[in-house]
Amino acid sequence: MSGKPVLHYFNARGRMECIRWLLAAAGVEFEEKFIERPEDLEKLRKDGKLMFEQVPMVEIDGMTLVQTRAILNYIATKYDLDGKDVKERALIDMYAEGIADLSEMMGQLVVTPPDQKEAKIALIKDRTKNRYLPAFEKVLKSHGQDYLVGNRLTRVDIHLLELLLYVEEIDSSLLAPFPLLKALKSRLSNLPNVKKFLQPGSQRKPPIDEKALEEAKKIFKLS
Amino acid sequence: METKPKLYYFHGRGRMESIRWLLAAAGVEFEEEFLETREQYEKLQKDGRLLFDQVPLVEIDGMPLTQSRAILSYLAAKYNLYGKDLKERLRIDMYADGTLDLMLMIAQAPFKPPKEKEESYALVVKRAKTRYFPVFEKILKDHGEDFLVGNQLSWADIQLLEAILMVEELSAPVLSDFPLLQAFKTRISNIPTIKKFLQPGSQRKPPPDAHYVEVVRNVLNF
Repeated sequence: MSGKPVLHYFNARGRMECIRWLLAAAGVEFEEKFIERPEDLEKLRKDGKLMFEQVPMVEIDGMTLVQTRAILNYIATKYDLDGKDVKERALIDMYAEGIADLSEMMGQLVVTPPDQKEAKIALIKDRTKNRYLPAFEKVLKSHGQDYLVGNRLTRVDIHLLELLLYVEEIDSSLLAPFPLLKALKSRLSNLPNVKKFLQPGSQRKPPIDEKALEEAKKIFKLS
Repeated sequence: METKPKLYYFHGRGRMESIRWLLAAAGVEFEEEFLETREQYEKLQKDGRLLFDQVPLVEIDGMPLTQSRAILSYLAAKYNLYGKDLKERLRIDMYADGTLDLMLMIAQAPFKPPKEKEESYALVVKRAKTRYFPVFEKILKDHGEDFLVGNQLSWADIQLLEAILMVEELSAPVLSDFPLLQAFKTRISNIPTIKKFLQPGSQRKPPPDAHYVEVVRNVLNF
């Protein structure tokens, strides 16, 4: 047994990608077991490994963890990517929740009916440039430091980098009015562990394509 | 002297109710400002206290905190309701997060068209009975202790009691297959601070009605 964390999820970004990012940024090697057919998911459920019948699930330190936030908190604390006190942690949590909200909107795009997609994309762009990016630009401006919280790398910097890359995938011009965010993005992208994760061949997952999604829906009998 | 936390939200449960529960259970007095008009909301935005232009907002220890989960984690840590070590905190996070998922479904239901609303409520009851309550019944059975984690009151217990009571409002016999949860409900409800919160006249809010939905829609413009 390798002792490496084992991630159980679909071979896609979904709700596991932020966990992959955090482990990678922490320089932690991990294994993945992909759920490819309903039987895979059923087996995990029958074996009692999914507390609320859901994935993501991560096997780490002899435990089977579920709930994305709980997993992220645990990894961050274990690998020293958390705030150093309750107040820092409050800021990290607050910023991370905002990031999660916008990521969730983006994640929903793939299951948005075609006739609603354009409106949804417009809303995402609006929120990105009028609500979320300005908030983070302002945080960086307010303290002038290289990282969002506590003048050192914490999990929320990694979550934000991931989000900025998704924003660029949707429309690269969205980042243009935010010089501090652009600088943060460059800086973080050059951290050795992050740089490695950004290279082809890493465990980073690509955006889901329509065809793969259709297949998944059929296999898992989703609507 | 520490100033009391101040809560900014609508006069209803929504995403603020879990925060009220946690403060009440911790025996912490708090003030509330209720959003009734769009102007009040716009003022909060202009004052720069809403990081992402959203409520709940809780002013505490000199910080304007938003994002309900961030607020709940902060309060749990501050008031010693987050376990004694990392592994306990992890379990509390897992249990509370799962319960919050269920309660979010309840909070969102009133804003749906009538048919979808009924379906949402039915799904909540189903999930409670088949996905969430069995888990907590088993946890209590496996360790035989009075609380979910670490043999002492934590955020997870308070969250679960709140969820049980809310689901019972939708379906009174929902705990019929869960004897340990029934005992849990009684036990936690009898903790003095919680007992007080459960009494009429406390800051606990009633289930959402049409007026509440209308105010929220007006203030948030949707």
